[in-house]
Amino acid sequence: MMPKNTSSRVGALITLGTVVVGLVGCSSGSPLSSSGNGASAPSGTITVGSAGFAESEIIAQVYAHALAINNIEVSKRLTIGQRDVYLAALKDGSIDLIPEYSGNLLQYYNANSTAKSGPDVMAALKNVVPSGFEVLDQAPAEDKDSYNVTAEFSAAYGVRSLADLASLTIPVTVGANPEFAQRPYGIPGLKGTYGVSNVVLAPVSDSGGPLTVKALREGSVQMADIFTTSPAIHDNNFVTLADPQNLIIAQNVVPLINSAKASSKVKAVLNAVSAALTTEDLVALNGKNQGDEKIESGILAKEWLAQKHLF
Amino acid sequence: MSEILLALGWIANPVNWVGVAGIPNRVGEHLSYSSVTVLIAAVIAMPLGVVLGHTRRGKFWVVPVAGALRALPTLGLVTLLALLLGIGIVPPLIALIVLAIPPVLAGAYSGIESVDRHTVDAARSLGMTEWQVLTRVELPLGLPLVIGGVRSAALQVIATWTIAAILPVGGLGRYIFDGLPVQNYAEMLAGSMLVIVLALVADGVFALVQKGVIPRGVVARQSASSSDGGTRRRLHAD
Repeated sequence: MMPKNTSSRVGALITLGTVVVGLVGCSSGSPLSSSGNGASAPSGTITVGSAGFAESEIIAQVYAHALAINNIEVSKRLTIGQRDVYLAALKDGSIDLIPEYSGNLLQYYNANSTAKSGPDVMAALKNVVPSGFEVLDQAPAEDKDSYNVTAEFSAAYGVRSLADLASLTIPVTVGANPEFAQRPYGIPGLKGTYGVSNVVLAPVSDSGGPLTVKALREGSVQMADIFTTSPAIHDNNFVTLADPQNLIIAQNVVPLINSAKASSKVKAVLNAVSAALTTEDLVALNGKNQGDEKIESGILAKEWLAQKHLF
Repeated sequence: MSEILLALGWIANPVNWVGVAGIPNRVGEHLSYSSVTVLIAAVIAMPLGVVLGHTRRGKFWVVPVAGALRALPTLGLVTLLALLLGIGIVPPLIALIVLAIPPVLAGAYSGIESVDRHTVDAARSLGMTEWQVLTRVELPLGLPLVIGGVRSAALQVIATWTIAAILPVGGLGRYIFDGLPVQNYAEMLAGSMLVIVLALVADGVFALVQKGVIPRGVVARQSASSSDGGTRRRLHAD
């Protein structure tokens, strides 16, 4: 395939090199630049962002569609990543609005906060959000860790609350992410706040996903940490143990917005959405989005808004 | 560089040497998981590879099948098996045996098959039975390559048992999966370094074994031919 004499070999190499350089030049932008449309949105537009997981994307789509229905210009930058990344995007103006969780956001800005209940967390949060940004009304919807047992276990041992665990005589294994060994609402909390002495962690790295659910169902573990908006709790008839001492702090869904974009109309729309959003709604939305139907988040957002007759 | 120093500090800390989560226990668990895996893979793959190499059949499919098994993503296999069988030690054990089989099979096959045809023919013409040819000629001559296959498998298995720590099992992977969500990078890096050291030590042991199993006659011939009295001797043996 290579030509026989030197000069045409050099010529072939030069042609090949030019083609390669040309193709490289055709690709737009550095591969390391952040994703999303290169052009920034016109100034009246609100850019809605979301974190890197499905539920955040669904809620962001709900915000975006609610604003669009009310003739407010929106653009979207979904699936950005973890908290540090998207809060940086909020700070530099790449996004203006993002759905957040009250407890985690409070702990992010103030790790020493002792607020636990819904109202306390919101009050504390409003004080620590950096100036130029604000949190609007919180929704009743909460997505937080929760301790779950099977219905059979609950009936057999009379366990409906974390407070009931202290009097258990059998050893308890908890299926949860590895960090549960250190988190205040994990093993240390069970031992310290609820006096459960005979508890051991079985670290399963899937955040209350199918492996953890299967382990709980089959009795490999007696308790499991599953997020409250996971359809698995309802699908498997698990009993979520009550938390009278608020070991697990409130995590209500709340919009975090750039104050410059928070006009009274925008606030009214988002607050109306928040008032109507319940935990059961999130369970149902997650079920349709991540279950067998795999319905796309934008479609689910439109359906939910229509069904709630908000606007 | 500072992360490596922090990791070394983590290893040097006496607190990390006691208890279930201590280094001796985790290294012990990791070694026992790895040895059982390689043992079972050897029991499955070595006889098969040796027979195929001896009969010189199966070249057509040994290579693609071994290649296909190698291509299976171990983490995906562990998760899939755990979804089917539960969060015990069996899913990662099966997944890692699958990982270990191709190198052992390839090593056994190529070790036996690579023995010089003429030597085998000479053995047969002396009246040796097939079993005698296998055990007295092919296996001794091919043993270094066969051990080489086990060595390669052991290396991969030691490195990959870390993945099993997505489930509640022990081993050095625990340091990586427990350290990651709490951003304890010293612990993670220390765990990785321990795995590397363990793998290198195992590799060294196998290298010595490989050298030790070369038949004395072969060693003698190699040193003779290198001192250039050997040409005439080689012609004679053929």
